[in-house]
Amino acid sequence: MVKKTAFEGSVEYWQVLDESGKADKKLETKLDDAELKRMYGHMVLCRLFDRKAVSLQRQGRMYTYAPLEGQEASQVGAMHALAQEDVVFPTYRDHGSYLVRGAPLENLFEYWMGYEEGLKMPAGVNVFPLSITVGNHLPMAAGMAWSMKLRKRPLMSMVCFGDGATSEGDFHEAFNFSSVHKTPLVLLCQNNHWAISVPLKKQMASETVAQKALSYGAWGVQVDGNDVLAVYSAVKEARRRALAGDGPSLVECLTYRMSMHTTADDPKKYRSDAEVDEWKKRDPLARFEAYLASRKLWTPQYKADVEADATARIEAAVKTAEAFSAQPEAMFDFVFEKRPPSLQAQRDAFVKGE
Amino acid sequence: MSEKTLIAAINEAMCQEMERDPTVLVMGEDVGLDGGVFRATDGLQGKFGTNRSIDTPLAESAIVGTAIGMAAGGLRPVAEIQFAGFILPGFNQLINHAARLRMRSQGQFTCPLVVRAPCSGGIRALEHHSESPEALYAHVPGLKVVVPSTPFDAKGLLVQSIREPDPVIFLEPSKYYRAFKQDVPDELYAIPLGQGEVRIEGTDLTLVTWGSMVRPAMQAAADSGKSVEVIDLRSISPWDKEMVLNSVRKTGRLVIAHEAPLSGGFGAEIAATVAQEAMYDLKGPILRVGAYDVPFPLARREDFYIPSPQRIGKAIQTACEG
Ligand SMILES: Cc1ncc(C[n+]2csc(CCOP(=O)(O)OP(=O)(O)O)c2C)c(N)n1
Ligand SMILES: [Mg+2]
Repeated sequence: MVKKTAFEGSVEYWQVLDESGKADKKLETKLDDAELKRMYGHMVLCRLFDRKAVSLQRQGRMYTYAPLEGQEASQVGAMHALAQEDVVFPTYRDHGSYLVRGAPLENLFEYWMGYEEGLKMPAGVNVFPLSITVGNHLPMAAGMAWSMKLRKRPLMSMVCFGDGATSEGDFHEAFNFSSVHKTPLVLLCQNNHWAISVPLKKQMASETVAQKALSYGAWGVQVDGNDVLAVYSAVKEARRRALAGDGPSLVECLTYRMSMHTTADDPKKYRSDAEVDEWKKRDPLARFEAYLASRKLWTPQYKADVEADATARIEAAVKTAEAFSAQPEAMFDFVFEKRPPSLQAQRDAFVKGE
Repeated sequence: MSEKTLIAAINEAMCQEMERDPTVLVMGEDVGLDGGVFRATDGLQGKFGTNRSIDTPLAESAIVGTAIGMAAGGLRPVAEIQFAGFILPGFNQLINHAARLRMRSQGQFTCPLVVRAPCSGGIRALEHHSESPEALYAHVPGLKVVVPSTPFDAKGLLVQSIREPDPVIFLEPSKYYRAFKQDVPDELYAIPLGQGEVRIEGTDLTLVTWGSMVRPAMQAAADSGKSVEVIDLRSISPWDKEMVLNSVRKTGRLVIAHEAPLSGGFGAEIAATVAQEAMYDLKGPILRVGAYDVPFPLARREDFYIPSPQRIGKAIQTACEG
């Protein structure tokens, strides 16, 4: 009888900024001041956008919305590590990813106010329409990456998803395809510890999401998802591997959904205030502010200025979105390139009020 | 007897069936501790424990697939899918396996499984939360398709669905969950599948509908100035052909209304059947009212998309002129 170890593997955990915002000198990124400030600006924009969206929903000015609060560092850090021509596949919670990619704020508001037109992104944003269906976008992202490889474009695709999505077959199938065919894909899991009311330990029996990469012969890393620099570094490394032809990587961002699943959800039904308070102490913005302050890049006044700027942009976008009014018959557009006669007839009847 | 909403009636049906039959269990995403995103399974975990009110990981193929295995293994699972639009990863299990297990094992394995899901629009929800996919399932041999529209029917039909020896997909119009209350018996009762219900009697025209379109159809009938007989099919596979044919033989006119897109909708099946079997009783063409053949739109356009009482009313007038 032969008995030996057939496989051994391990997964690293990365944190650049500790909870007080002190940087690990060995891991600290070489980002220049301007880039750090841009990151911070994006994080502030994310948070204020999100709070505005929740308040609009509460006032009946917007429909159901999925808040991102708590996940700013994961989204902003990851997006900053990409090239603008890379393609991103977000979920319903990745407003921050949209914002960093340059999606107009009014588009996001329009979409969440119930207009399809909000989904139309200006050229160069390179974001696939958000996935409302959990996990379904992973195979498509793997395919987008495949197209880049086959067309010899030095680009990658990134797919964003939650801890819950790792239970779907689509996650595993996409990861396997991508690793077998070495497609330049980065799987960014925002492990916010909850899938609606289902906690991580009821979602999976493995200790980490990142270790799932090992089953696909891929690189996986777990990072502090509330540390924007750790996320940035991990995605940079994943991107390097993707472009070097090494195939997919999985970056697991340990973070937390500070707010409700959506505005239709009441988290008090299933989780404790104590847990939420614990995560409040790890606020991604406060930590980054402490770091920036230590580099003399941040003062309370600077923060106020950044917030004022973001608020002005947000208010202007809300105004634009609320003034938007699209023709109802636009629902017949974009079903096909050219409407078949039966659909044209339906549209004609609709316009005539029949 | 007490006044109940549709969601309360569904909850009660499951609760009482679980009390009656220890093999009945509920499973799905967020059904246990949270009691379901619409609260359909509220209180069941507290009452029956985590082995009979099961929070599953997030995977519809595995929810349906494991439920099939449990059913074949002697249990009676009621699997909740959070919204009808999310069953699709489990479509393969449902169609290729649940619906064919009896045949493929020559009766050795059976699949007494209920898959419940909220369906249809009117709640200003996100994408994929508002579809009316009943025709997809009605096309599948071996699968029964139930679409209740009232609290009373929801309870009796769900009880029957749980007791059925074969798989049932049970589609619940989410906009009716809490829209109104109705007297519902506190005791257990079952309503056989395949029996329609005449909601309004009439002599000028037969209006066949189900699920989310029942109330707009009744409104249209009331506003029409005609004597319209409104039939709520309640289940579309099997469907109550005799009730529809008898009504058409009386009225000579037929309109069918459903919320699903018109083309390939279940209305076509009814129209074809009536054209074939009651041709000489018809005084005019059969008309169908359905949503447009476009994906279910976002919130701002859903009222333009979902067939309104006015659109159904126009079809009633046109049919009566014909
Ligand atoms: C295929 C599918 N099944 C179920 C749902 C309903 N649903 C929406 S979000 C969600 C939980 C997702 O959790 P996770 O992947 O951790 O992402 P998070 O919401 O925490 O960001 C569920 C069950 C869905 N949208 N799509
Ligand atoms: Mg999650």
